[in-house]
Amino acid sequence: MARDLAPEVERLLQFRDPNIRKKAALCTIRIIRKVPDLAENFINSAASLLKEKHHGVLLTGVQLCTDLCKVSSEALEYFRKKCTEGVVKVLKDLANSPYAPEYDIAGITDPFLHVRLLRFLCVLGQGDVDTSDCMNDILAQVATKTESNKNAGNAILYQCVAAIMSIEDNGGLRVLAINILGRFLSNRDNNIRYVALNMLMRAITVDSQAVQRHRATILECVKDSDASIRKRALELVYLLVNESNVKPLTKELIDYLEVSEPEFRGDLTAKICSIVEKFSPEKIWYIDQMLKVLSEAGNYVKDEVWHALIVVTTNASNLHGYAVRSLYRLVQTAGDQEILVRVAVWCIGEYGDMLVNNTGFLDMEEPITVTESDAVDVVETAIKRHSSDLTSRAMCLVALLKLSSRFPSCSVRINDVIVQYKGSLVLELQQRALEFSAIVDKHRNIRSTLVERMPVLDEATYSGRRAGSVPAVVSTSQGAPINLPNGVAKTTSAPLVDLLDLSSDDVPVPSSSGGDFLQDLLGVDLSPSLSQTDTNQAQKRGTDVLLDLLSIGTPPAQSNSSIPEMVSPSDDSKSAINVLEQLSSPSAPAGGVSTPPGSSPMMDLLDGFAPKPENNVPAYPSIVAFESSTLQVTFNFSKQPGNQQTTIIEANFSNKTFDAYTDFIFQAAVPKFLQLHLDPASSDTLPASGNGSISQKLRITNSQHGKKSLVMRIRIGYKSNNKDMLEEGQINNFPRGL
Amino acid sequence: MIHFVLLISRQGKVRLTKWYSPYPQKERTKVIRELSGLILTRGPKLCNFVEWRGFKVVYRRYASLYFCMCINQDDNELEILEIIHHYVEILDRYFGSVCELDLIFNFHKAYYILDELLIAGELQESSKKTVARHIAAQDSLVETAKEQASSLSNIIAEATK
Repeated sequence: MARDLAPEVERLLQFRDPNIRKKAALCTIRIIRKVPDLAENFINSAASLLKEKHHGVLLTGVQLCTDLCKVSSEALEYFRKKCTEGVVKVLKDLANSPYAPEYDIAGITDPFLHVRLLRFLCVLGQGDVDTSDCMNDILAQVATKTESNKNAGNAILYQCVAAIMSIEDNGGLRVLAINILGRFLSNRDNNIRYVALNMLMRAITVDSQAVQRHRATILECVKDSDASIRKRALELVYLLVNESNVKPLTKELIDYLEVSEPEFRGDLTAKICSIVEKFSPEKIWYIDQMLKVLSEAGNYVKDEVWHALIVVTTNASNLHGYAVRSLYRLVQTAGDQEILVRVAVWCIGEYGDMLVNNTGFLDMEEPITVTESDAVDVVETAIKRHSSDLTSRAMCLVALLKLSSRFPSCSVRINDVIVQYKGSLVLELQQRALEFSAIVDKHRNIRSTLVERMPVLDEATYSGRRAGSVPAVVSTSQGAPINLPNGVAKTTSAPLVDLLDLSSDDVPVPSSSGGDFLQDLLGVDLSPSLSQTDTNQAQKRGTDVLLDLLSIGTPPAQSNSSIPEMVSPSDDSKSAINVLEQLSSPSAPAGGVSTPPGSSPMMDLLDGFAPKPENNVPAYPSIVAFESSTLQVTFNFSKQPGNQQTTIIEANFSNKTFDAYTDFIFQAAVPKFLQLHLDPASSDTLPASGNGSISQKLRITNSQHGKKSLVMRIRIGYKSNNKDMLEEGQINNFPRGL
Repeated sequence: MIHFVLLISRQGKVRLTKWYSPYPQKERTKVIRELSGLILTRGPKLCNFVEWRGFKVVYRRYASLYFCMCINQDDNELEILEIIHHYVEILDRYFGSVCELDLIFNFHKAYYILDELLIAGELQESSKKTVARHIAAQDSLVETAKEQASSLSNIIAEATK
């Protein structure tokens, strides 16, 4: 339709009635937006419109030309060459025109036309130096002469500034423009300030020095009551930060953080953290600022941020004491900030001895005396606090373990705290509690080496990791790799290179990719050799990959099925283990746990299955297969070694009523993929009230072992009180893996 | 370019809508609902610009009506405020101290005036006098047509007597 009507419209562009002409012009705009090819046809007519006297036609004509330039570069060239002076002249006449009542708005003649002309000039001058030169005068005139107490004037000034920013460089004009923006910023009208902030963001790319001068005003805007202004101002401040002004700026922002509204805090915190991270001149300042942020708005801080803080802290070895003392002080006052508590607990665990002994005391610090039990107090309060979540509690447990080694006098007390979690319903906590209390109680000899100081975390790798966002998530073992409670004869100390891979909380790696990510995790090039002369070297898995603090859902490995391995440290023969291949069981552990042969430990670790059956130990829990008001049937399972498909079930029947049952018969039916064999029962009389029971052995062979689990339908017939009874049921709760 | 114009009362009733971009019917109701929620809840001291879906919405409250216009990111918001004011002044001049009732009972006139002011999302006339003249001409046309119609019926009535 556009093509069909285009000639008609073109004709109307030259109609005698100005009303028709102006409407035709706007119609043309629509046409060329729809069909850009037709633009060329209209160039000449549009150019002639620029010479009009009638404001309406002129207005629409200018708009048409602007759009033509945007759509077609040919048009742009044409207008640049032929029309620039004309346009400049029109604008000059308009600006200098006397009072015209018809078009006057707020003392300015036709501000709409002003704005349109300025926009046209902006498009013409962009990228072209000569054209830009032509317009310098008129732009300067408009910028200086226009009154800015009314909205109309401000609209014109705003457009003028936009034009100046986009045309080719002229130092004087730019300064003028930024001054205007500065004036806008201090205007009381919200709209004006908003508009100014917007424009300043664009101006920064052009001339950031000039914008710096207005930093103070912009900071004021961050504290404004209007939400959109605050947001804009914050973004602008973020762009303005550089090394020289980072300290005062951050101070201001953190001060404001204390009084800001909750919706705004998240944004503000994120920005402060990234500013601090990018521009911090020295580590101690970085730590200070981060601690302040954590104590004010810890809950809004993202995980990567506090991980980074920990990484930096470990790297600044002279600041360990300072850091842990500051954290100790802070956690007394701001103990409800979860993230702060986590960081504090970690540091106290690591550097508890420095806290108590006041090591590394810096000149500016106030003296503080902390006893061992004070330190333990802090951790204990953290773990007991109702609002602590799983991660915090888990970190507290580890910290307690470390403290029990660093402060042997508090061992008993620490153990008391730990044992409270032995029965925790959360698997993570329960496991940790069990293992740690075992270490504290029975394995004093290895405890100190277990929880030695963590190695310095490699910042470069960490930030590289972060940037690359490796999906594997591994936690820091926080210095205490999990070990077999029994059977580890000797450990050599520890640290794995690059043990830490603190990436963002992503989903835990599925077991199929386990191999790769452990490779990744250990970070070193793992070679398969395992030649250690010291056969007693127990292997300690440096990082328990499943001790995943950061992603809470992973089931940790059952410790009795995991094969701990250790990469031996610093020595030149970095015999690391190829984790996948491995597995020679740690030779001759003192305890008697035979480690499962063959099967990939990766699978064990990551699947966290029910432990593989060890030789004579029944590995499957017994189940109550069937229960009714009169009868209870329990199954105990065992498997023949070497024959995974056959399960031997011992069924026990007991009577729940007060009458004895006679002629007890048990029948079972199984689907086709199972084979069932029933041995004769021990008797056919079941005494009352559970005073005795009948047991019967069943043998089931599962031809689909591993793919399908067992199901069974049972029928039990007996005589009770001379009445024949029949009970039927289906058993679905067989343990998996049978 | 102005994408659409909305006039919403303080209670959320829509008094006038004009769409300069293609919006299907369902989309229109959704837009109206969203913007009503967004704008009617804003406090009085906040600035008149709202960022919405990548566009800017400029609004101003006159008595009990909110005049909203949706523009592109690179348009001049202050100018749009001026356009809104321009429109309101023309309405005022035409109806003489316009109030919301005038717009309710004479919405066709309101649309007509808007069409004389904006076409295809662009301003076409910056002079209030010209617009007033056009509308007066249109009104007189309506009058003449009415008279003719009534006189015709007179004629017919007489003819069928």
